[in-house]
Amino acid sequence: MIPLNFYLILSAFMFCVGVLGVLVRRNAIIVFMSIELMLNSVNLSLIAFASFLGDPTGQMLVFFVMTVAAAEAAVGLAIVIALFRNKQTVNIDEINILKW
Amino acid sequence: MFSYVGFIVLFPLLGFLVLGLFGARMKSEKLIGIIGSSTVVLSFLLGASIFAEMLSLPVSARSHIVKQFSWIAAGNFSVDFAFQVDQLSILMTLIVTGVGSLIHIYSIGYMHGDKGFWRFFTYLNLFIVAMLTLVLADNFLVMFVGWEGVGLCSYLLIGFWYDKNFEKGTTGDAAKKAFIVNRIGDFGFLLGMFLIFATFGSLNFDTVFSAATVFTRGDTTITWIALLLFVGATGKSAQIPLYVWLPDAMAGPTPVSALIHAATMVTAGIYMVARSSILFALSPVAMDVVAIIGALTALYAATIGLVQNDIKKVLAYSTISQLGYMFLGLGVGAFAAGLFHVMTHAFFKALLFLGSGSVIHAMHEEQDIQKMGGLKKYMPTTYLTFLIAAIAISGIPPFAGFFSKDEILWKAFSDGSPLLWCVGALGAGLTAFYMFRLVSLTFEGSPRFDEHHLHPHEAPKTMTIPLIVLAGLSIIGGFIGIPESLGGGNRFEQFLSPVFAAADSKMLLPYHDVTATEYILMAVSVAIAAAGIYFARKIYLERTEIAGQTANRFPGIYKLLLNKYFVDEIYDASVVTPIEKGSEKLLWKRIDVGLIDGLINFTAKGTEYASQFFRRVETGVVQSYAIAFVAGILFILGWLIAR
Repeated sequence: MIPLNFYLILSAFMFCVGVLGVLVRRNAIIVFMSIELMLNSVNLSLIAFASFLGDPTGQMLVFFVMTVAAAEAAVGLAIVIALFRNKQTVNIDEINILKW
Repeated sequence: MFSYVGFIVLFPLLGFLVLGLFGARMKSEKLIGIIGSSTVVLSFLLGASIFAEMLSLPVSARSHIVKQFSWIAAGNFSVDFAFQVDQLSILMTLIVTGVGSLIHIYSIGYMHGDKGFWRFFTYLNLFIVAMLTLVLADNFLVMFVGWEGVGLCSYLLIGFWYDKNFEKGTTGDAAKKAFIVNRIGDFGFLLGMFLIFATFGSLNFDTVFSAATVFTRGDTTITWIALLLFVGATGKSAQIPLYVWLPDAMAGPTPVSALIHAATMVTAGIYMVARSSILFALSPVAMDVVAIIGALTALYAATIGLVQNDIKKVLAYSTISQLGYMFLGLGVGAFAAGLFHVMTHAFFKALLFLGSGSVIHAMHEEQDIQKMGGLKKYMPTTYLTFLIAAIAISGIPPFAGFFSKDEILWKAFSDGSPLLWCVGALGAGLTAFYMFRLVSLTFEGSPRFDEHHLHPHEAPKTMTIPLIVLAGLSIIGGFIGIPESLGGGNRFEQFLSPVFAAADSKMLLPYHDVTATEYILMAVSVAIAAAGIYFARKIYLERTEIAGQTANRFPGIYKLLLNKYFVDEIYDASVVTPIEKGSEKLLWKRIDVGLIDGLINFTAKGTEYASQFFRRVETGVVQSYAIAFVAGILFILGWLIAR
C-alpha cells in the first residue's frame, strides 16, 4: 500500500505547479487551467485523508469542490470568450485598464 | 364663571384659526371684520362677567387658578398650562379685550380695501390670544409663551406692509429691529427665569412668591432675579436702553400702533414687574433701578417728542415717556398707581393713535404735521376726541390722565425722592407742550397743504365710534381711582391691594396722611401742564416764528433732539456694525472659510498628495496582485511553522 505521504507530496507538487502557472503564464486559458490544477491537487489530498482515516467527509467535500469547479469553469470560460471578443486577445498583460 | 376663563383665550384663538385657514378665500371684508371683532368682543363680555362675579365675592375668595392641562412634567419639575384669575389679571384682561375690541372695530374701517385685510385680522386675533396668555398665566413659563407670542405678532404687524419703504429701509427692517431688540430683553427674562428655578425649584407664581417671603430684604439672589426680569421689561416696554425699536415700530398700520405699541403689548413689562412685585420689593437696589430708569425715560423721550414732525413718531415717543412714568410708579412701590396709569394710558393713547390714523387716512398717507394744519373744520369728531385725549395725557383735571399721573408723581415724591418728582413733573410739562404742539399743528391754524387738490374728510362710522367710546373713557376713566386727598378713597388701589399685600409688607412704606404738601404738588403739576399747553398754543398758533428762531438759536440742541440724541447711530456704530463686520470679516471670512473649511480641505489635499505615491501599487496587472496573495500566504505559513 502506498503510504499517505506520497499522496500528499504529489498533491503539494501539483499545487505548486498550479500556483506557478497562475503567476507566470500570460495566457488566460493556461492561467485558468492552472487554477483547476490547484483545485484538483486539493481534491487529491482530501481523498487521501478520507481513505486513510476512514472518514467519508473528505469524499463529500470533494464532490462539492468538483461541482463548484464545474460551475466556475463555465463562468470563467464565458468571461475569457467575452474578453477575446472585445480585445482580440487573451493575453492578461494587455488586460490592465483597471488601475490608478 | 371662573372656570370658563379658558374661553376668554379660546374665542380669539378660534377667530385666528378660522381667518388664518379660510380668510384668504373669504370675499367679503364685512364677514372677516365681523369674525375678527366679534371673537374679541365675546372675550371682553366674558371677562366683564368674571369681573362682575369677582366684585361680588369677598376679597379672600377673589383669586382662582384654573388649570387647563398639564403641559410639562419631567421628574419633579412640572408646569401646568393654567390661568390665574385675580384682580391684576382680570384688570389686564379687560384692558386688552376692551381696547382690543374697539381697535378691531376701528380696523374694519381703517383697513378697508387693503389686499391683506384677512391677514391683518388673523394677526390681530393671534395677538389677542398671546396677550391674554401673557396676562392670565399662572407661571413664568406660560407667561413667557405669551410674551414671545406678542413679540411675534408685533413683528408680523410692523412688517405688515412688507413691500412699503420706511425711512432708510423697508418696514421689514423696522420689524426685524423690533424683534431683535426684544430678543435682547427676552434673554434677560430667560436668565431671570432660570435663576428663579434654581432658587425656588418652581416657576409657579404662587409657589415662588410665597417662598420668596422668607427671604430678607436686600438678598443678592433676589436682586439679580429682579434685575434680570427688569431687563426683559425694558425690552418689551421700551425703556432706556432698549427703547429704540418702538419709534420704528410705527412702520406698521396705525391700529397696530394703537393696540400693540401703545395700549397693550408695551405694558407687558409693567404687568410683569407688578406681578413679581414681591421679588422687586425684596430688592431695594432693583426698585431704585426701576424708578431711575423710568424717570429718565419719561423725561428723555419727552424731550425727543418736542421736535418730531411725524405725527406717529411724536405719539411713539410720548408712549415711551408714559411707560417711563409707569415704571417710576412701580419703582417707588406704588404698584397700583403704575397699573392705574396703564389703564388710563391705554384709553387716551389708543385714542390718540386711532385719531392720528383717522388724520393719516384723511390726508392720504401724509404723516408730516408740518404739512397739515386746520383740519378741525374737515374732521370735527376726530379733532374733538383727539383734543380730549391730549388734555387727558397732559394731566388736566378731571380727565383720566390727571388722576393716574398725579398719583405716580405724588408717590414718587413721598416714597421716592423729590428729585424723582422734579424729573417727572418736568416730563409732564414737556408732555403737555408736545401734545398741544401736535394738536395745534395738525388741527388748528391755517392749512399748509393744497386745499384744492386734497380734500380731507371725516372718517367712516366704524372708525369714529371707537374714537367716541375711547374719548368717553378718557374723560371718566380716572374717576375709579380718585385719591383720598380729593375725597375719593382710591377704589382702584383698594381693589388691587390684595395682589400687592406681600410686597407692601416687605417694603413697609410709611402711611401718609393727607397733607398740604400733596395739594401743593398737585397744584404745581397741574400748573406746569397748563403752562406747557399755554406755551405750545402761543408758539404754534400765534407766534409761529418763535419755533424756528429757537431752533436757530440753539442749533446744537435742536439737531440733537431731532436726531433722537443720535442713539440709533451710536448703537449702529457700537453694536450693529461691529457684529455685522465681525461676522463678515472674522467669523465668515476667517473662521468659517479659513479655519473650518481650511481643515477639511487640508485633510482632502493631504490624502491626495500621499496617494500620488501609494496609488502606483494598483498596476491593473492581475498577476502582480496574485503574487502579493502568495507572498502573504507564504509569510503566514512560515510564521505558523517557525513559531
